[in-house]
Amino acid sequence: MSSLSKYLSGKWLTVYAVVYMLFLYAPVFLLPMFAFNDATIISFPLQGFTTKWFDVLWETQALHGAVRNSATVAISTAVISTILGACAARASARYRFPGKRPVMGFIMLPLVLPEIIVAVSLLVLLMQLGMSLSLWTVVAGHVLICTPFSIAILSSAFQGLDNSLEEASFDLGESRWGTFRRVILPLVMPGVVSSLLICFTISLDEFIIAFFLTGTDVTLPVYIWSQLRFPTKLPSVMALGTILLALSVVLLILAEWFRRRAAKKQGIEASAGGFM
Amino acid sequence: MGMTLDKEARQGLTLLSPTALYALLMLAAPLAMVVTFSFWTQNYLDIETTLTLDNYREAWSKPIYQVLMIRSLKISLLVTVVTVVLAFPIAYFLSFHVKNRKALWLFLITVPFWTSYLLRVFLWKVILGYNGVLNTALMELGLIAEPLTFILYNANAVVLTLAHAWAPFAILPIFVALEKIDRSLLEAAEDLGDGPVRRFFRITLPLAMPGVIASTLIVLIPTVGDFITPKLVGGTDGLMIANMIQIQFGKANNAPLGAALAVSSMMIVAVISLIIYAAGKKFGGRVQ
Amino acid sequence: MAAIDANDIIVLSDVTKTFGTFQALKGINAGIREGEFFSLLGPSGCGKTTLLRMIAGFDEPTTGTIDINGKPMAGISANKRPTNMVFQSYAIFPHLSVAENVGYGLKTQKMPKKEIATEVDKALDMVDLHGLGDRGAHELSGGQRQRVALARALVMRPKVILLDEPLSALDKKLRDQMQVELRSLQQTLGITFILVTHDQEEALIMSDRIAVMFEGEIAQLASPEELYRRPRTKRVASFIGVMNFLDAKLGSQDETTLTINIDALGPVQVPIDIAPAGLNPATIDAVGIRPEMLTVLGDGNDNAEHKVEGEVTGTAYYGDMTYYTVQLPGSGEPVTISMRNTAGRSVLPAGSKVMVRWGAESVVLFE
Repeated sequence: MSSLSKYLSGKWLTVYAVVYMLFLYAPVFLLPMFAFNDATIISFPLQGFTTKWFDVLWETQALHGAVRNSATVAISTAVISTILGACAARASARYRFPGKRPVMGFIMLPLVLPEIIVAVSLLVLLMQLGMSLSLWTVVAGHVLICTPFSIAILSSAFQGLDNSLEEASFDLGESRWGTFRRVILPLVMPGVVSSLLICFTISLDEFIIAFFLTGTDVTLPVYIWSQLRFPTKLPSVMALGTILLALSVVLLILAEWFRRRAAKKQGIEASAGGFM
Repeated sequence: MGMTLDKEARQGLTLLSPTALYALLMLAAPLAMVVTFSFWTQNYLDIETTLTLDNYREAWSKPIYQVLMIRSLKISLLVTVVTVVLAFPIAYFLSFHVKNRKALWLFLITVPFWTSYLLRVFLWKVILGYNGVLNTALMELGLIAEPLTFILYNANAVVLTLAHAWAPFAILPIFVALEKIDRSLLEAAEDLGDGPVRRFFRITLPLAMPGVIASTLIVLIPTVGDFITPKLVGGTDGLMIANMIQIQFGKANNAPLGAALAVSSMMIVAVISLIIYAAGKKFGGRVQ
Repeated sequence: MAAIDANDIIVLSDVTKTFGTFQALKGINAGIREGEFFSLLGPSGCGKTTLLRMIAGFDEPTTGTIDINGKPMAGISANKRPTNMVFQSYAIFPHLSVAENVGYGLKTQKMPKKEIATEVDKALDMVDLHGLGDRGAHELSGGQRQRVALARALVMRPKVILLDEPLSALDKKLRDQMQVELRSLQQTLGITFILVTHDQEEALIMSDRIAVMFEGEIAQLASPEELYRRPRTKRVASFIGVMNFLDAKLGSQDETTLTINIDALGPVQVPIDIAPAGLNPATIDAVGIRPEMLTVLGDGNDNAEHKVEGEVTGTAYYGDMTYYTVQLPGSGEPVTISMRNTAGRSVLPAGSKVMVRWGAESVVLFE
């Protein structure tokens, strides 16, 4: 018993936390290492510094197509999910109506549903309807899994919105639309931007749904998957991954910054753990 | 009054309707379709729409599916236990020992999660491989004479990789539950004579239980459906049911059987989830 | 119920409000006079906020009508009504500066920027926030937020300003100060103020008239003094200040006087006109006496007409006042008596035998 009490004490927990973080970051650290490593084989020891794998990326036409496809999918997904998320978050935060909990629960379901189930179900439906697979079928799937994230982010923004602010605006003679434009929108805008960025990031990285629902135009993760089979392509895949990692981190920091601004605007202390 | 909805309810429902409609068309309809599909059969290129239980008979009786299903559950449960057990001390550390930089820690925990999933799994292959980072490092240090082989292309590798992939999902719910604990309760327990250990088991853990249950379910349910990790690091011993579902929808071109496998595995996971939820409720019953 | 006057700025007629099966308001009739400070006073859940929100236009009555300035308000939404509200939470727009908050409604009216600036400055001066227009909303103290909310309503020059528990978030000292300021501002401007509060002291200090509400009904509508001196029901009496209730029965009555037999004090004659209108003397079953209307005498050497022996069972020393609980013979509950601590008057310890003096004019009759 006394050893457990020590285990729970700060010092050992700190050590544990550091080791745990090393575990979490091991792949993240390796990615840029191999991206700049002057060797075709992905293994230690490192051979020397090079940027040639990044140069390869500029010359690969198929990759450029995949980037364009992914950008189209991710931007469409972000916009549609955020609009759908905003409707649901606002409805849930502001209004009381029968059936709210089950309907909201169902909308949030993709958060816990294995992606393969989402992908397979949509695939079966599309097959039955005789629709061909395209980037838009990928968007349809991505919107499904991104909307719950958007709702989670926007719910806090809409819930932080004191009802009396709207009433005050209304009381001062403003119309419903004017109130939306002058009070609600400015206050939830950072949340909206944050939602757009998160949905964009999720869609950009998503593989399983894209793998099942993509047609001849592949997205970036599907392209990466196809490249993993060719050992010679691996270093440039590492380079690509490094760029994606940097992009994701920048987008996430931006998203977090916007979320905090939203909270600050509403006079709420920015609570920890906004992403989930 | 009676059946008619008031103004507020109507406005709320109207606002929710686009999202609800989308979920209905893109989630409810497809799920219903999969269930229907699982009662149909594949007839070479056509789908035979006579209702039959053949797919389920095959899914539940053929040894290969049984083996894959049991292995999937074993691996998923193991992943869940490992992930949650590893995550709890971190959540505890964040909640009780980090004072000013909680948000930064949480951010740092979520960053690896946002790296391309495919590449993360692939990099674990690089780390755990025969000539991988881990073996090279251990041999350099003189801790081992020959590369370890039990760490890649088997279930261990799958467990490790998935535990890594789902770490933030396990940490956050527990952290949130721990943050909600009123610190004066802990002082009260101490004041009434509990030492740190007794206090932990009598106050902290029971109150954190809802978070632990949430973590467990959040990790367990999706891992059953993963097929990337088994394919990349699992070898033949590490293949799971999702790989078989993917094969049925792909190469094997037997979507109805794939659907039956998908529905079966979801049912099993749902039952296990309900058991865990019920058990958790019983354990932390007085909470909430 | 108070008579409704043609000059009343707000007329509430048979106003009811039902939420599902809960009847929040059960037929409110009242007239609010132009330029008066009117308070809706009652415990939480009595319907006072619901009534205020219906005057503002955030809710519609289930039945009944609300007229403001001679016009029926049915179907007229909050943004079209000549009322402005100071919210309990103040509802200061967090993304706007103080000046932008105060000028919000004027901008809606498309007033030129220069005029808005002048009006905003005037309003800020009125509430003693001169020169704070550029401050952000989050830089304000509680008291300042309250003032901004007030200025934001005042700048609209409404017929009526509605205040929903405006002082409840402030600490005691600031609240006392704001009560006086609000009252004098209202008197200077001559605008009708309607205040919702659960604090009886606040209502007494600020109001011209008070409607005391319980469970969706107005129990009494009167001036502060009348409410305190002549509460119509036991419930109103105990909600406003402290009241000692003593069991009593009607002894006899003639054209000008009632003789009441008070169990603990004996018979007393009171003028018939102190009985509230509509009270049947035969149904009297208690009298009320305020603590300050009773006097404790240490020695008992007093020639007062009405006095009775008692025993001090407890004292509470408040500095300027001492509150005694005194057991009177024949009465169940001990009575509370407050005494000013003047020079040369010492506090009597518990157990002291005392004489309690009282006056017939201070008796309130209850059914």
